[in-house]
Amino acid sequence: MILIKDGHVIDPANSIDDIMDILIIGEKINKIEKDIAIKEEYEIIDAKNLMVFPGLIDMHVHLREPGFEHKETIKTGLEAAAKGGFTTVACMPNTKPAIDDRTIVEALDRKARGAKVNLKVIGAATKNIDSDQLTEMGDMKEAGIVAISNDGKPVKNANITRRVLEYAKKFDLILIEHCEDESLANNGFIHEGYYSTILGLKGIPREAEDLIVARDIALAKMTDGKVHIAHISSKNSVDLVREAKKQGINITAEVTPQHLILTDQIVESFDTSTKINPPFRSEEDRKALVTGLIDGTIDMIATDHAPHARWEKEVEYAYAPFGVVGLETAVSLIYTKLVKTGIMSFGNLVEKMANNPGRIFKLGGVLKVGSDADITLFDPNKKWVVNPNKFYSMGRNTPFKDWNLDGEVIHTIVKGDFALKDGKVI
Amino acid sequence: MIKEKDLLGLRNISTDEIDEILRVAIPMKDIITRDIKKVPTLRGKSMATLFFENSTRTKSSFEIAAKYLSADCTNLAVSTSSVQKGETLIDTAITLEVMGIELFVMRHGASGAPHFLGRNTKARIINAGDGMNEHPTQGLLDMFTMQDKKGNLGDLTVTILGDVAHSRVARSNIWGLTKYGAKVRVVAPATLIPVEMERMGVEVYTDVDKALKGADVVNVLRLQKERQSGGLLPSLVEYNKFWGLNSKRLELLKDDAIIMHPGPMNRGVEIMPEVYEDPRSVVDEQVTNGVAVRMALLFMMLGGKSGDDIN
Repeated sequence: MILIKDGHVIDPANSIDDIMDILIIGEKINKIEKDIAIKEEYEIIDAKNLMVFPGLIDMHVHLREPGFEHKETIKTGLEAAAKGGFTTVACMPNTKPAIDDRTIVEALDRKARGAKVNLKVIGAATKNIDSDQLTEMGDMKEAGIVAISNDGKPVKNANITRRVLEYAKKFDLILIEHCEDESLANNGFIHEGYYSTILGLKGIPREAEDLIVARDIALAKMTDGKVHIAHISSKNSVDLVREAKKQGINITAEVTPQHLILTDQIVESFDTSTKINPPFRSEEDRKALVTGLIDGTIDMIATDHAPHARWEKEVEYAYAPFGVVGLETAVSLIYTKLVKTGIMSFGNLVEKMANNPGRIFKLGGVLKVGSDADITLFDPNKKWVVNPNKFYSMGRNTPFKDWNLDGEVIHTIVKGDFALKDGKVI
Repeated sequence: MIKEKDLLGLRNISTDEIDEILRVAIPMKDIITRDIKKVPTLRGKSMATLFFENSTRTKSSFEIAAKYLSADCTNLAVSTSSVQKGETLIDTAITLEVMGIELFVMRHGASGAPHFLGRNTKARIINAGDGMNEHPTQGLLDMFTMQDKKGNLGDLTVTILGDVAHSRVARSNIWGLTKYGAKVRVVAPATLIPVEMERMGVEVYTDVDKALKGADVVNVLRLQKERQSGGLLPSLVEYNKFWGLNSKRLELLKDDAIIMHPGPMNRGVEIMPEVYEDPRSVVDEQVTNGVAVRMALLFMMLGGKSGDDIN
């Protein structure tokens, strides 16, 4: 039994924004009230000056198992999640082999059994990611998958995408799409713009994203299926999603903290920790992402946590793999760069990082009596410096090394149990 | 003196530094024309060339520059076949560094490769061409040639003709020349002009006649023949017809204009043979100047003293 005392509890989904206490009994929230009487058997957490909100949910992480255990493991990835205040993360299926059948989903569940943070699995939409053959998504759904995706790539072509969307409806699975037209991307690896021009690095035009976003909107409308746009990065794509939502098409979108904060200018350093896909785009795009997040076009923030081994990233820019780690910096980055600066409220942060992913993917994400006690406690006054060597993740590839950030997760509670206590992973 | 440890490009170098390099290159050029082409200035200094891409003239130019200054130069032709290129690059350089190499001259097919090496080694680095990014010593020798023939760089109109999208030579020329206030024009088929190039401070043309009109200098870029694939060009013949530099187009230039080409030339593609043979062509002199400029750089970066001491 845990009593969280005198915290600033925020949960926009339940219109809570007040100093309150939360009582946890077993795995569940028992009470959310002011001045809950202390009993001897309670473990008391003094939450004075802490923000207390529903545990964060990240719908886009790469935990690299099976096949790439030198980059990250379920264990280290979930520890990183706990450190970053996430109580639930959903892992992408572009592993080796791909997560494209029930056996692998179950194997991952077994791997995660000892971990505190909830692991949810996203199944591939087609076998081996890049094929024409639909996966047994019904069978995988029974084994617990929460969505389908061919992340790293979009579903191969319009026809297969149509079939995936039609078939997935019966199992109420959302297709998460990495939107990139391969032919227009043409092996590029940074944003096509001023910096690709001056640095002589091959560019990916933003229209490579827009084309697939437009395709998927059309197909979502045609099939009445559900599409979720992963890591949206282009201004035009934000406009397309906004317009589609107005028309009532079933489309949702996520954006990463890094795309909300950085632009392609950072590539000037030739530091491979700036190489991601989709690439950092122009300031105009970045601003459109922030606007889209605030106005509700973009539903949620997801990290696209993509760890790589040092030796894989410590190469010439062109040869480095795409991706940056994000679990351990996400909430502090959003707090520092978007909340403290007055661009959005703390309530918005909770909506975008807990309420909305929870609602859309049916994973909770709210503070409610009787629901799982997945709770994050955050000290907004704490200041810290990003030191990748201290990450719980095996990945060190962050573009935010040495950044001064405000606010840090102090405790992460999952199903009434500490996954992170006093800043240390349990 | 060169302020940074490495000479990676002309984008982030001051006009003071460029002025000094170009000034030191003058007495260096004098050495090349002497009967005895050797001075003891860099005796006992060790450098290496690391070429991950094929090159004849740039590599020889650096080697010859090193020899004229009495530096010991090791040449490493590095295979590009290895998959773990990054490891090979750093491991190779460190191996040489711990054997006493103080300066690397490096060419690499990936933009930013010398920047990456520079962060991982104590030795100084001269970028001899990285991907499509920069080729600063070519830029410097082009500027040296223009200054020598035409005087103040800031008064010049320079037309860069050809595949600017894939050209590190174009980028280094643009960075260097615009620093001095020169008017730089680029001209190519639209498929060979990268996006937002105007932001580099150049005028962008697709019409070659307009771009050549009244120019003091035309710098013709080599067209890589593989550009015909990938939808960039229909044919070399058509390229020559609309963008090749021929005698008729020379008439558009100022009467005292000079014609430059970084070599090697594709005669009949970007340049006609008679243009190379025109009295206004300084293509061969560029090569000589290349040795002089590289001698100046080696002296300034290996000598450890102010470049003006050579005088």
